[in-house]
Amino acid sequence: MTRLPAWAEYLLIPLLNISLAFGVAALVVMAIGESPVEALNVMIQGAFVYEGAFGYTLYYTTNFIFTGLAVAVAFHARLFNIGGEGQAYLGGLGAILVCIALDSWMPSLLLIPLAIAGSAAMGAAWAFIPGWLQAYRGSHIVITTIMFNFIGAGLMVALLAGVLMRPGQSNPESREVAEAARLPYIHDMLNAVGFDMASSPLSLAFPIALLACVGVWVLIWRTKWGYALRAMGQSESAAEYAGVPVRRMIVTAMAISGALAGLMAINTVLGAHGKVVLNFPSGFGFTGIAVALMGRSHPVGIVLAAFLFGALFQGGTELDFEFQTITREMVLLIQGLIILFSGALSLMFVPWITRLVGRA
Amino acid sequence: MTAPAVRLTGITKRFGPVIANDSIDLEVAPGTIHGIIGENGAGKSTLVSILYGFYTADSGEIEIDGRPAPIKDSADAIRFGIGMVHQHFMLVPNFTVLENIMLGAEGGAMLRAGKAATREELLRLERDYALDVDPDAVIEDLPVGLQQRVEILKALRRGARILILDEPTGVLTPAETDRFFDILRGLREQGVTILLITHKLREIMEVTDTVSVMRRGKMVGHRRTAETTREELAELMVGRAVSLQVDRIHAEPGEVAMAATGLTWRDEGGVARLTNVSLDLRAGEILGLAGVSGNGQSELLDILSGIAPVQDGRMMVGDRVVTREAPVGPAEMRRLGVAHVPEDRHRRALVLPFEARENAVLGYHDGARAGEGRMLSPAAMQAHCETLMERFDVRPPAPRQPAAGFSGGNQQKLVLAREIETQPAIMLIGQPTRGVDIGGIAFIHAEIMARKAAGCAILLVSVELDEILALSDRIMVMNAGRIVGQMPRAEADVGRIGLMMAGVSETGAAA
Amino acid sequence: MTWLDLLLILDSTVRLATPLILCAMAGLVSERAGIVDIGLEGKLLASAFAAAATAALTGSAWAGLLAAMAVSVVLSIIHGFACITHRGEQIISGIAINILASGATVVAGVALFQRGGQTPSLAREARFPSIRLPGHDAFADIPWFGPFWRELVSGHTLPVYLAILAVPLVWWLLWRTRFGLRLRAVGEMPAAVDSAGISVPWLRYRAVIIAGILCGIAGAFLSTAHGAGFVREMSAGKGYIALAAMIFGKWRPWSVLFACLLFGFLEAGAARIQGTSLPLIGEVPIEVVLVLPYVMTVVLLAGFFGKAMPPRALGTPYRKER
Repeated sequence: MTRLPAWAEYLLIPLLNISLAFGVAALVVMAIGESPVEALNVMIQGAFVYEGAFGYTLYYTTNFIFTGLAVAVAFHARLFNIGGEGQAYLGGLGAILVCIALDSWMPSLLLIPLAIAGSAAMGAAWAFIPGWLQAYRGSHIVITTIMFNFIGAGLMVALLAGVLMRPGQSNPESREVAEAARLPYIHDMLNAVGFDMASSPLSLAFPIALLACVGVWVLIWRTKWGYALRAMGQSESAAEYAGVPVRRMIVTAMAISGALAGLMAINTVLGAHGKVVLNFPSGFGFTGIAVALMGRSHPVGIVLAAFLFGALFQGGTELDFEFQTITREMVLLIQGLIILFSGALSLMFVPWITRLVGRA
Repeated sequence: MTAPAVRLTGITKRFGPVIANDSIDLEVAPGTIHGIIGENGAGKSTLVSILYGFYTADSGEIEIDGRPAPIKDSADAIRFGIGMVHQHFMLVPNFTVLENIMLGAEGGAMLRAGKAATREELLRLERDYALDVDPDAVIEDLPVGLQQRVEILKALRRGARILILDEPTGVLTPAETDRFFDILRGLREQGVTILLITHKLREIMEVTDTVSVMRRGKMVGHRRTAETTREELAELMVGRAVSLQVDRIHAEPGEVAMAATGLTWRDEGGVARLTNVSLDLRAGEILGLAGVSGNGQSELLDILSGIAPVQDGRMMVGDRVVTREAPVGPAEMRRLGVAHVPEDRHRRALVLPFEARENAVLGYHDGARAGEGRMLSPAAMQAHCETLMERFDVRPPAPRQPAAGFSGGNQQKLVLAREIETQPAIMLIGQPTRGVDIGGIAFIHAEIMARKAAGCAILLVSVELDEILALSDRIMVMNAGRIVGQMPRAEADVGRIGLMMAGVSETGAAA
Repeated sequence: MTWLDLLLILDSTVRLATPLILCAMAGLVSERAGIVDIGLEGKLLASAFAAAATAALTGSAWAGLLAAMAVSVVLSIIHGFACITHRGEQIISGIAINILASGATVVAGVALFQRGGQTPSLAREARFPSIRLPGHDAFADIPWFGPFWRELVSGHTLPVYLAILAVPLVWWLLWRTRFGLRLRAVGEMPAAVDSAGISVPWLRYRAVIIAGILCGIAGAFLSTAHGAGFVREMSAGKGYIALAAMIFGKWRPWSVLFACLLFGFLEAGAARIQGTSLPLIGEVPIEVVLVLPYVMTVVLLAGFFGKAMPPRALGTPYRKER
């Protein structure tokens, strides 16, 4: 059986897929009447070069790591969790509820972990129901998770414009969380020990995200639970044979997946914004799908892919700013192309590559 | 001299690095039944798939009736008068017989007219070839033997003068097989040329005029059937002299290790798959369960191994009673000393994309073989896999290779090794040698015998009657979800079992 | 509630159900051939944009309809290319198309009209007019039947009538023609079709193209008949709801029609309820009304109405296997 060498499978093919996506995007930019090279230049400047840009890029990367991990964990069980958007949104609710209850008196050391746990718990709950419906009623998880995105959005709008609304405001958003609940900014931390770093919303959430990566890696590849999950994803009948409680696993996997997506909220609610803002997930849940696909559902790949998207997003903001005719939806377009090439068409190049470098 | 109906010259086909067909030459005289025999993996199916246009050969020529026949796809093959009855039927299960036969030659864009015309054609064909089937029956409701007739009728209607049959008797009882051979002889009288692909020596000897032998992708011999023997063909198939006997070990049966009483089981659609099945497995004894596949054996294995829940009836494993109210799952069954070698190696017994070492702990992954506590240890799995591979001579001894990369025989050896290594008190074994080469078969049979000698209680489910007869101490026969007969090996013969497989019951149970 | 009230709700039902019916029929044809089509939402959105943009630029709703169908078919072919030719993961391809559509519609909208992704409001001439069937005025005075004819049956725009027609048409296509027999066969057992000498890929491509055409009509309806222009994300999940209706209707055209009408009725009814007081709950908040279709979808999918058996080969790419 022909196998591709590891470098081809994990590096070359993804690179080819991305290049194709960018190539098509470049054509679109040309069709609009702008120069792709200039657009790319603006994006790179915006993502890395300007003061504070790198911090912003990593801030977005953090979001994508969480949502990417969420999708990846579900993928390992052959489950398509398209509900990251709603699960992240509800994660914000979890965090703010903990803060409302406790942040007037509880010290940071206890409060922050509890708020983080609250995010994860709400995210998990929001994924639990679709997971349960798939496992025990056979309801198509793609449709239910998407529906839960819409329902979650409706719920949050109602809450943010109603009960949670900041007193005296007309904008639907929550009150700010107490200082004790805020995650320290990285630039503050670095400045304190003498390193010079421009200010950016990058916070402790980033190292937490990296920790989550390690945690997911251990869970999937170094625990017996992870073994059972992967077996179930590759062959449900073999998993049944092996005594894996398939239905229970589906629900648990979705809950963990939802928890990871819920954690995305800490980056904004406990980090950059310090409150729950309307529609703060802003499509990052869907980006998680692209990140997981590009990263082949492996934490290392996910970090790299999340970084690419972080740069794309931050660069896209600059694009929006600099060009009249291009908005940040261009990034959405690229995202769709990447999902198409890394997901559905990912095997397009395999026959040619195999002929060039494959070995038995 | 008449041209051969089929002449293949230098047919070569590669799949990646594997050479499935290596410069094959073949000539088949018109109006004869020609057998192509070889072990699993010898390349027979690939060869006839090329003839039917499923694959294109990398090089080589095809001639039909003396004229060149460039066959690029099945439509071409059909045009040249070639029809094929596949090992796994190419029938749409929820269509009727008529609709299936129409498919591809509907007789017009609108169905109504076509249906009437096809119905007439079908009835005519049924008369001419003595193949009765109800045109309005739904395929999935028909017994397998009748489904096969539909496949033949399909081919004949498209004007097939050359009929390829790929392993046609795997799903037939002995009586149905005899009837089937009569049909073939009848077709031959009508001038149809028949290519019979099989791995069963007995069939070749019984019905073919000439035979070709394939081994590892090469054509290694042609014979006139009347002028050869089973032993000669077996030797050609394997490349060395082969003993077709297995050494039977006689042992006194011991305690009842596992018993089932009155098992009745309905599937999701409410159809009864098992009706009042009772059996017991004794230590040191092999109970062979014979029957054409699809008669409830798979469901029985699933229940006995804990995969499917008990509905009506009960099971006893040692002292433990299993009922609908007190279910036991596969993991618990393993703890009770029950090992299960599934019928479907690719879907149940192995996770094909997993490495061999990961498969080595499948079902036992919660235990020490896979690591301490809740953590998975690749080192532990590796060590375990190496032990298994050495003991059972699994090749290549590469624990990190995905299971899909091993041959059928080696995959099966790995599965057996995994289950036997736990020294189970009870073994449930389904189709242990399906898709396995002759050398592998001998090895596996010897291992099963050795387990029996060590006191294991074994249930052997197989569609290969030869295997059942070779290994079993007691034989039970299943038909339509019921046990229709049982006997000690000494009293068993093919005729008696064959009748039972076809539903003629000795126990008086309604079949 | 008067007869007229009921008729107005039913009238609303039919209009709200129209995009659902068309998309659900599209999904049905595609899935009966074995190809999962999660991308209905994206096709709906993209064709809505194409219709509105073309109508805005040319002043013709018909040109918009053609453009909508063309765009939708292109997306279908991309989906087909990924799933049929390259045997890619069908669900992912569908999601990709949806995200692509979300992005591309705004990118194109901004490039063309600079209104943040919207098209300019369409003039009357650039939209589909309501069609008055014969008897619209003549029957007006007949009690019961007159209002029924006038409010419910007559007066809809073209796409609505096309949607209603689509149901028997799809039924006839799938169960009374040779093409339909082959299409249904390829969704159950593609190997049988292949061994009969018929091209499986070509059959499946034709199925997704038909799906594309139907979605195109749905999109044109949204932006040039029902609405007066394209608004960002205006499909609002209708593509997914159509999928749910298709599953609920067990892939049978008339049952699916019923499911779509049910959804339409619920949405129409919910809009009525908004603001009024119900006995136990009090005033129904608007957010509940807005999420009701999505909640209903989940409830329906929770399978309280029996198990659904999809086409046997659905979602499995076809390989000649040995």
